[in-house]
This record gives sequence, C-alpha cells and structure tokens, in this order.
Amino acid sequence: MSKQLLLGDEAIAQAALDAGLSGVYAYPGTPSTEITEYIQTAPLTVERNIHSRWCTNEKTAMEGALGMSFVGKRALVCMKHVGMNVAADCFINSAVTGVKGGLIVVAADDPSMHSSQNEQDSRFYGDFALIPMYEPSNQQEAYDMVYSGFEFAEQIGEPVLMRMVTRLAHSRSGVERKIQKLQNELSFSDDPRQFILLPGIARKRYKALLEKQDAFVKASEESLYNKYIDGQNKKLGIVACGIAFNYLMENYPDGCEYPVLKIGQYPLPQKQLLKLVDECDQILVLEDGQPFVERLIKGYLGIGIQVKGRLDGTLSRDGELNPDKVGMAVGKDLKPTFQIPSLVAMRPPALCDGCGHRDMYTALTEVLREEYPGHKVFSDIGCYTLGAGAPFNAIDSCVDMGASITMAKGAADGGLYPAVAVIGDSTFTHSGMTGLLDCVNGNVNVTVVISDNETTAMTGGQDSAGTGRIEAICSGIGVLPKHIRVVVPLKKNYEEMKQIIREEIEYNGVSVIIPRRECIQTLARKKRKK
Amino acid sequence: MKRDIILAGVGGQGILSIATVIGKTALKEGLYMKQAEVHGMSQRGGDVQSNLRISDRPISSDLISLGKCDLIISLEPMESLRYLPYLSPEGWLVTNETPFINIPNYPNEDDVRAELEKLPHKVILNVDNVAKEIGSSRVSNIVLLGATIPFLGIDYDKVQISIREIFASKGETIVEMNLKALAAGKQIAENLIK
Repeated sequence: MSKQLLLGDEAIAQAALDAGLSGVYAYPGTPSTEITEYIQTAPLTVERNIHSRWCTNEKTAMEGALGMSFVGKRALVCMKHVGMNVAADCFINSAVTGVKGGLIVVAADDPSMHSSQNEQDSRFYGDFALIPMYEPSNQQEAYDMVYSGFEFAEQIGEPVLMRMVTRLAHSRSGVERKIQKLQNELSFSDDPRQFILLPGIARKRYKALLEKQDAFVKASEESLYNKYIDGQNKKLGIVACGIAFNYLMENYPDGCEYPVLKIGQYPLPQKQLLKLVDECDQILVLEDGQPFVERLIKGYLGIGIQVKGRLDGTLSRDGELNPDKVGMAVGKDLKPTFQIPSLVAMRPPALCDGCGHRDMYTALTEVLREEYPGHKVFSDIGCYTLGAGAPFNAIDSCVDMGASITMAKGAADGGLYPAVAVIGDSTFTHSGMTGLLDCVNGNVNVTVVISDNETTAMTGGQDSAGTGRIEAICSGIGVLPKHIRVVVPLKKNYEEMKQIIREEIEYNGVSVIIPRRECIQTLARKKRKK
Repeated sequence: MKRDIILAGVGGQGILSIATVIGKTALKEGLYMKQAEVHGMSQRGGDVQSNLRISDRPISSDLISLGKCDLIISLEPMESLRYLPYLSPEGWLVTNETPFINIPNYPNEDDVRAELEKLPHKVILNVDNVAKEIGSSRVSNIVLLGATIPFLGIDYDKVQISIREIFASKGETIVEMNLKALAAGKQIAENLIK
C-alpha cells in the first residue's frame, strides 16, 4: 500500500481502524484530540458503526472502553496526560480485572507544557499499573504499535498503555498501512467473575498480574521496538527512549559511534540493558519527559555504573528534548550564527476578538474591582483561562478540570467573600457538576459563572456534553431556579450583566450565572460550511 | 537534496496552508518529509511555527537543529526574527513586511526593519498589497509561497500543479488567482535577489 501523510495522532487512529476497532472513547485534550477526530470523520466509522462520540470526561471514557473490552470488542481510550489523573481509578483497576477484547490506552504527554498545566510523565502510570507500554519514535511505529497492540493486549489479557508526546502527536510523516482486519464478534471471558473486584477475587487477580511481569519483560526483550545498535566507542552506552532516538540520530546522520539501546516497549528489556551496562563505561539516558528510565537504572543510591541524564544535569530537568539538547549531551558543540534580536517581544496567546468570554470578564471585573475589592476569582481549564492575561488580569487560580467551583467553595468555607468561580460549559460537565452539588449541600455562599460558548473551544470546537441543558443540570443539582441567571455576553448588555452579577453576589447562597454566546470560531466554521 | 524550513507567523494567519502546498509537492516528488505543527492553546493569537523538513534521505528528527535551517518563511516580520538562531549562515529568510500588532509592546516597526536588513540573505515583501492587486487578500499566503520558489529546491511547475490540485474544487477562477499570486511572489523575489 502507498504511504499516507499522517500526524502521529492520525497514525494511531488509522491503525486502530485497520485493526478492527469497535469504539474510541475520549475527552478532547491537547495533544490527543486529533485521534478521535480522525476516527469520527473516517468513512469506515459509519460503515462499521464504530463508537466515536465524545465522552463527558476521561473516567467515563476509560470505563466505557473497559465495558467494550468486557464484551470482547477492541476499544481505544485517548486522553492528554492530565486526563490520566481523572481516569486513574478505572485505569489502575483495569490492570487487575484484565481485558477480554484488546484495549489500548493512549496518554499524550506534553513536555514543555505547550498546552498544559504540568509535564507529568505517563510512563509512571503504566509502571504503577504493572502493564506493558509502548513509546513510539515515529509515526510509522505509532501505527504499527497500535495495529498489533490490540492482539498483544488480547494475548496477555491486559490493557496496554501507549505513551505519546506532543512533538510526535502533532508531526506529520508518511505512514504505510496494513491490511484492514474484521471487528471482533461479541464474546465474554471464560471466567464469569473476572471483572468482579471483590477483595477475594481481586487478590487472586492481582497475584496473576504479578505473575505475568516476567513475561512482560520477555516480550520487551523480543520486541521489534527495542533495538540494540552496536557502536565501536564503548566509553558511553546510550539508552534512547521514544522520540529521543530521533534527536540522537539527527546528531549522527551516518550512525552513532556509541552503542545505543533504542526503547519503544516497556517494561525495560533486561537482557539488552545488562549487555549495554556490561560493555560500556558510562550510561546516558535520553528520554522525553521525566527521568523515568534514568531513575530505574541509576537506583536511588546511584552506586552502580555512572548514569547520566536529567538527574545529574547533563540534560535539563524539565522541558522537552530536541536535537540541540541531545547534541550537547553527547558533546557536540552547536553554535547558532544569528541571535534573536532583543526587540523581539513575547506574543502570548489571547482570547479571540469578539469572544463572549471577553464580554463576560469585562462586566465581571468591573463589578468586582469597583464594588468588591475583597473578591477572588477561581477559574478553570479552557479558553477563559486566558482571562489571566492583560487587559483582564481577572483570575486568581487555574489548577485542574472542575477545581474552580470546589476551590471557591473551600475559600468560602474559610471565610472569603465574594468567592467567584469561572468555568466553561464543557469543563463544568467534565468535573464541575459534582463540586456544585457539594456547594448546594453545604448551602455555601459562592457565585458560579458558567461561561457557556456551547462547545469545547480550546481544543478546536468539539461537542460539549451539556449543550442546551446547563440550566436543567444546575437546577437538578439543587440550585434554586431564581438564582440560575442567563445573560448574553455582549457590550450592549453590560449594564444588565453587571446588575445580575451584583444581585447574585449579594445573595447569600449558591448562585449560577450563565453568560451564553456561541464560540466565534465554531460560528465562523458553520458559516463557511453553508 | 535537503531543505529544512521554518514557517512562522501569528496563530490564525494560516502558516499551515503554505506548508500544505510544499508538503504535497514534496511527497509527489517522492521525497521524505516530516512536519511538526502547533495545535492547541498557542493557536489563539500567539506566536506559532511549524518545522517542515524535506529530504531525499530518511529524516530522523521532527525538529530542526540550531543553525541548520535553510529557509525561514514568515507571514509577519517580528515573528521571522524569533527563529534566527535556527537559520544557517547560508540560509534565506523570506518574510511579509506587514506587522500583526496584537500586543501592547510591539517594537518600533523601523527597528524591526533594520534588524531584517542586517541579514545577508533575505526577501522582504508586502504580500498583502500584492494580494490585493491580484484581487483578494485571501491569496496573500500564496504570494509569500511564490517568493520562496528560488530557495525551495522544488521545481516551479511542480508547485503550480499542486496549487491546481489543492484549489481545483473551488473553481477555475480561484485556481487562476492563486497561480497569479504564486507568480507575482516569485517575480518579486527574483528581482530582489538579482
């Protein structure tokens, strides 16, 4: 078959389709969003009735996928790295239940935090759950790993974690496809109690998972994705994980002088690692993200062979790798000819012109600054986090999906007034609803602004789970209907908006203000389509 | 043959439309290609760049090394300067001269121009004016693409064919306008480097 130009994310999606996928379960999150979007628009998805609708959050996604695996079908779960925290409960337990149909969990890490609030490394989750992991170095490997990964998962009876990084997720290259497989038929586990994690059963299953560990190491030792490439200079042995291998080879276009162990499958291949340690004087570990492999090899005391990497300062402790950082680590002297002129100014992202969040923040900050100097605004994850920047400087926190409402609650519990939360519609249904229930149950004095643009905007305008039902959800949770106020965030409505904000701040209890106007990006896209 | 290209601009300007034409042409030529894009938060009016690598040999890294970039293509003058450490001593910088001012501390425009003038190999043109003369500001990106033709390492007629294919669904008038834009950009660059 001929090569297709695909993003790393798209390669994963195409591989899953070709491998007989029955459902993808995901919540949008950079850099993982394009996997699900690709599947949603693929003709095969309609033809085979493949599940591809967005989920409310990563936990519901993970659970939905496990349910599909339960009935013997192949399922894919995709999320950004912090989504793993949301899905973790089910994810960790899915290693104990094991799987029936092949289940691949894609965690897309974001080293350098291009679009994220931290750079946690999902390989720790795979290690924690005691399951095998893949880490591709290029788009073709991403395709191959997912294509054969479903079968591998079915063979070992465990989910497999696929770790991506932003650079690979959002980089395009030619990918060669394999033959399209049929979907699995409905089938169930031979053990009717496999998925019932009562302590008595869980203990047995956990022991069984522990017993598989040696087989996982053996699978890594025999994996095509782990390659020992010999070199003449044994002063240094290099362990290059995932995309770091490319950066290394970029510095050695005609082959590396040192022995290199390329890692693409975990747990680490013991045999090859021992050979590298045996033959070389020192070890250098190149890995994007946190020093996961480096710590394992070095050990806490660091008393074995000398291991260089992010922990000893050979490479920076944070930030994504690139060919220059890796080049420096192997002693290449790279000097640019030109410098960035000092006049070049930072150009941070900003809310779009005409965006409803702008009008919401303008009205909100005018009331709060002039009339309530003791206020604090707890915000959340989404476009409206950009209210942190000029000219608004409107928010005091942004931590994790849904934390705006619950942090406002905690602050109000502690005596803050007014405690204001600003959250988007999609983030609200993702993880804000439960916090609102806490507020209602405690009759806490908070003002919750659900800035509703009727989409998941930051990731490119995916469907939002609660569109059209935000008021109903709030009143169902128990917010009094007269304190659920809807406004249209437009300049001509500023006085009305400000009056509503005042009234609800003055009300001693839970109030919800919903400024609602469609995202101008999705609106423009709809107009172009017409 | 190897071309390491950095495309630069401000989120929303559409640098990827230029990358699409070059990438499509390169692929048809049977060349290897890698293209790292920016998605997500940075797209919202912030600085954006894309690393586009084309070669007749397999390509390792998705990212270009310092001092190895053959061509910087920028839709905005200040943004073109942001990637100078990547430009090779022999590399070319092709940029639009119209500033995109969405920050309060945008530098003095003459100072930006002076920094550009210091470079040994550059083509500075006003793609917006050229596009308007041709008939639509929507072809400004293709004017800029045209100005890179002398440095692309890909034949002009091959790029023309790609433009025909990409815009075919939009009708012959749009195709012709884009081809005119491409030719106009090429002409300006050729005159400037004479």
